[in-house]
Amino acid sequence: MLSRDQVLHVARLARLELSDEEMERFGGELSNVLDHIEKIGELGDLADVEPTSHVVAVENVLRADEPRPSWPREKVLEAAPDVADGGFRVPSPGAG
Amino acid sequence: MSELLELTAAQAGERVREGDVERGELWRFYRDRALADDLNAFTWVCEGDDPESIDPGGPLGGVPIGVKDLFCTEGVPSQAGSRILEGYRPPYTATSVRRLMAAGAPVLAKTNQDEFAMGSSTENSGYGPTLNPWDRTRVPGGSSGGSAAAVAAGTVPWAIGTDTGGSIRQPAALCGIVGLKPTYGAVSRYGMIAFASSLDQAGPLTRDVTDSALLLQAMVGADPCDSTSLGLPEPVQLPDAADLRGIRLGVAEELSGEGIEPGVLAAFEQTLDVARELGATVETMQLPHAPHGIAAYYLIAPAEASSNLARYDGVRYGIRTDGTDLLSMYTRTREEGFGAEVKRRIMLGTYALSSGYYDAYYGRAQKVRTLIAQDFQRAWERFDFVVTPTSPGVAFELGAKTADPLAMYLNDYCTVPMPLAGIPAISIPNGLSEGLPVGFQIAGPAFSENRILDAAYALEQAIGFDGAAARA
Amino acid sequence: MNLEPVIGLEIHVQLATRTKMFCGCELSFGEEPNTRTCPVCLGMPGSLPVTNARAIHFGLMMGMALECELAPRSIFHRKNYFYPDLAKGYQISQYDIPLCTGGRLGDVRLHRIHLEEDAAKLVHLGESGRIHGSDASIVDYNRGGTPLAEIVTEPDLHSAEQAREWLNLLRVTLRQLGVSDVNMEEGSLRCDANVSVRPVGSTELGTKTELKNMNSFRFLERGINAEIERQTRLVEAGEPVAQETLHFDPVTGRLSPLRSKEEAHDYRYFPEPDLVPVAPTDEMLEAARAAIPELPAARAERYERTRGLAVDSARLFAYAPEWGDFFEAAADAGSAEPRVVANWVTELRGRGGSPERVEPAALAKLAELVEARTVTAGNGRVVLDRMIADGGDPAEIVAREDLGAMGDASALEDVVVRVIEQNPDVVERIRGGNAKAMGALMGPIMRETKGKADGGEVNRLIREKLGVQA
Ligand SMILES: [Mg+2]
Ligand SMILES: [Zn+2]
Repeated sequence: MLSRDQVLHVARLARLELSDEEMERFGGELSNVLDHIEKIGELGDLADVEPTSHVVAVENVLRADEPRPSWPREKVLEAAPDVADGGFRVPSPGAG
Repeated sequence: MSELLELTAAQAGERVREGDVERGELWRFYRDRALADDLNAFTWVCEGDDPESIDPGGPLGGVPIGVKDLFCTEGVPSQAGSRILEGYRPPYTATSVRRLMAAGAPVLAKTNQDEFAMGSSTENSGYGPTLNPWDRTRVPGGSSGGSAAAVAAGTVPWAIGTDTGGSIRQPAALCGIVGLKPTYGAVSRYGMIAFASSLDQAGPLTRDVTDSALLLQAMVGADPCDSTSLGLPEPVQLPDAADLRGIRLGVAEELSGEGIEPGVLAAFEQTLDVARELGATVETMQLPHAPHGIAAYYLIAPAEASSNLARYDGVRYGIRTDGTDLLSMYTRTREEGFGAEVKRRIMLGTYALSSGYYDAYYGRAQKVRTLIAQDFQRAWERFDFVVTPTSPGVAFELGAKTADPLAMYLNDYCTVPMPLAGIPAISIPNGLSEGLPVGFQIAGPAFSENRILDAAYALEQAIGFDGAAARA
Repeated sequence: MNLEPVIGLEIHVQLATRTKMFCGCELSFGEEPNTRTCPVCLGMPGSLPVTNARAIHFGLMMGMALECELAPRSIFHRKNYFYPDLAKGYQISQYDIPLCTGGRLGDVRLHRIHLEEDAAKLVHLGESGRIHGSDASIVDYNRGGTPLAEIVTEPDLHSAEQAREWLNLLRVTLRQLGVSDVNMEEGSLRCDANVSVRPVGSTELGTKTELKNMNSFRFLERGINAEIERQTRLVEAGEPVAQETLHFDPVTGRLSPLRSKEEAHDYRYFPEPDLVPVAPTDEMLEAARAAIPELPAARAERYERTRGLAVDSARLFAYAPEWGDFFEAAADAGSAEPRVVANWVTELRGRGGSPERVEPAALAKLAELVEARTVTAGNGRVVLDRMIADGGDPAEIVAREDLGAMGDASALEDVVVRVIEQNPDVVERIRGGNAKAMGALMGPIMRETKGKADGGEVNRLIREKLGVQA
């Protein structure tokens, strides 16, 4: 069972502002799912098994260092919620 | 008019090429059907005329296509089923969609999906659930539920979706159509809004196997913009096998027994009989680690997703909810923009990667992934394909599993081992149970798409599934 | 208690590629904000990174030049944290399998070198009231995605001065390799320092603090010194040193604790699924090896050994390779002693000459003229100024401007005798034991001879005429 503190900590890491109700619900649901997930513990010692992070067996996919045109700034800023001075405006991190 | 509706996409394209049907007529026919859709299968439908930039002389014959919402399509809403991307019109088009357009398929509509492809019912869409055309009280499966429902209902001739843990095959099964998940790397992921990068693959959802082969042929190919894309070693062929002589089918014991609905199992056994009649040998075999697929999958996919979804922070695109400071702007934007299932998986994934838990969760899941891939490797020594029911059950009622995430996750039981191993698999409709479609899954070694398509084609011809009821 | 500082450095250098680490945008040098961006470096939904081959090439060159062990197969990870300067919400970086491990430069061991992408720039708008009266910043993603190499040393440094000197050696080495502009003021070289103190003779490390933002060599030295003093005071007072990150303020010279970007620093590293491993092939290794020029330390050693230069000039030429090349060409062009040639090259550099404006052979000739006493050292400098201004052959300049040394010994003797007679008061002082007063005779003699007299000879003649010992 995940403690409320653990749920809170994870939510903070993930930048989610959970309501009390969500906190309660997620705590229970995640614990349920984790109970199932923990069945992989039954597989015992896996020290000799290599982890798979890529299923494709390729290496060295590299791009030549040749410039491609960047995008016009209007296009870059088009979808931004708040634009000022040719950039993306955000509340100052210092104020957070 | 209804005659057009009964044509497969390949047949419709043939008519256009031969001049029997005017391309504008085909476009208008499907556009009007899509605009009249009452399944909530679409997040956007093109109201204009047949785009002239598309050359109907290409292999896809000018036959319009439905594209899952998460494929970036320049100037067209591409929201991945999420409110956090409401109204987002990307500045570029996904490689796979560009390839389809270049091969002669104009984009008619964007199809509904579970938010960021997280779900097995399309109930998690930020734009409302999609209904199953076989029974409107039921889900179409997911996450590519909009694509599956639309193809089944004949509101688009064919469609593409993405599969991470079953998101093409499972909705295809629940809607009575064909869905193919290619080998990881066969189709470029560039421009696909990511869910779980090491698992996501795009593929076709179509009325029949030939249509899937045609779309796959156009979509595959290495892409310099996707480091993990390889294409396929040989061109995709249109299937023409008449039988299954010499084909060895392995029935995965772990994926075709316990937990599978009796009606689904009955259809599965019948199809095995058909396969034997076509000349295949059928033998039971084991994938000992497959039962751990769900656990591994529900660690790896949420972990990658928690990172992939960090970019939705209200700064560069999408919605923003103002806060008093940077931190509250972030948390409010994400709290309001993401739906419950997305938050649940971000939480799960963040937890699995967090300090002190990595080895026990994410690290261990990657090792289970290796074990599952090795199970399949051993299977290929004795079998050409591994077959299973696609989904443990038929389409369930809307809301039936929303309160129980784990029950929902177990829907993917038969479909997660393949993406974990990176191998291709197809689902074809193989009958009805309780009046609802059932799917039969054929999985093969990496890059065996041509052989899978041939086997699926031979079975399809012998089964003779009729999906017309869903198009009524 | 006798305390000893222990210092390790963490250096980020921007690589001098043409394009960014994972996209084709050109690197930015002060362009308008957000004009060097694309879907990849903006982290647009659906975009994917593709690794820059030259960044890997540079990484391998650095690894070889700094004697690192190169990983046969290295991978990239994602380092997850939220900050507006990070477009994707994670930085693609190397974690447990970096491109290079170990290594050494001079007497400092390296811990590792890994590759990663730079963050964007945040421009603070201040309390201008532009949004609802609150503080705001503007994000400019031009710098976001610039290739970086992070070089981490072992804690082998023991003073701020040593740290500064070593960082300079690293800088000239990387510049010579051509992998970076290594300009601290422009931010292409950034250095953090880990500082701790411990009793002399102890082998255990004390609690370290991390110093950031020391963006010049001077600040680096001042910052480290300030921190050593602070920690020394704490330890001597019996108070504990807290493990923290400190920010150096160059205006006040003070260190202040830095707010953490992500509480608990849980970066949730995991292998980047969008990239495949880098496994250097024989071709890649060979190309990197072939691209490595002679490095400063080796060059300085060679100048001392084969050219007989003093340590200082050997280093000068080794650290400024354009002058080193010039020196070698000049030394090879004539018969003058390399040490003499080196002095004239230093002279040329000191007088604002450039290696492009003066021919090495011409400088070699000038050195020969002076060595053969055809021109005095003083007039040699006059000739050099002409060469810097107008070019030309030194012998021709000497002839044209009549700058040749006086060949006629009796004529010089006449001038010396005359000047001695004209300055009886100076003579008095010299005889009274003030040898320095001899300079007062040198001036007029040199003026009369238009600098053509040999200084040594003049000196000898004065002493002889006045009967004073050398
Ligand atoms: Mg770094
Ligand atoms: Zn870019």
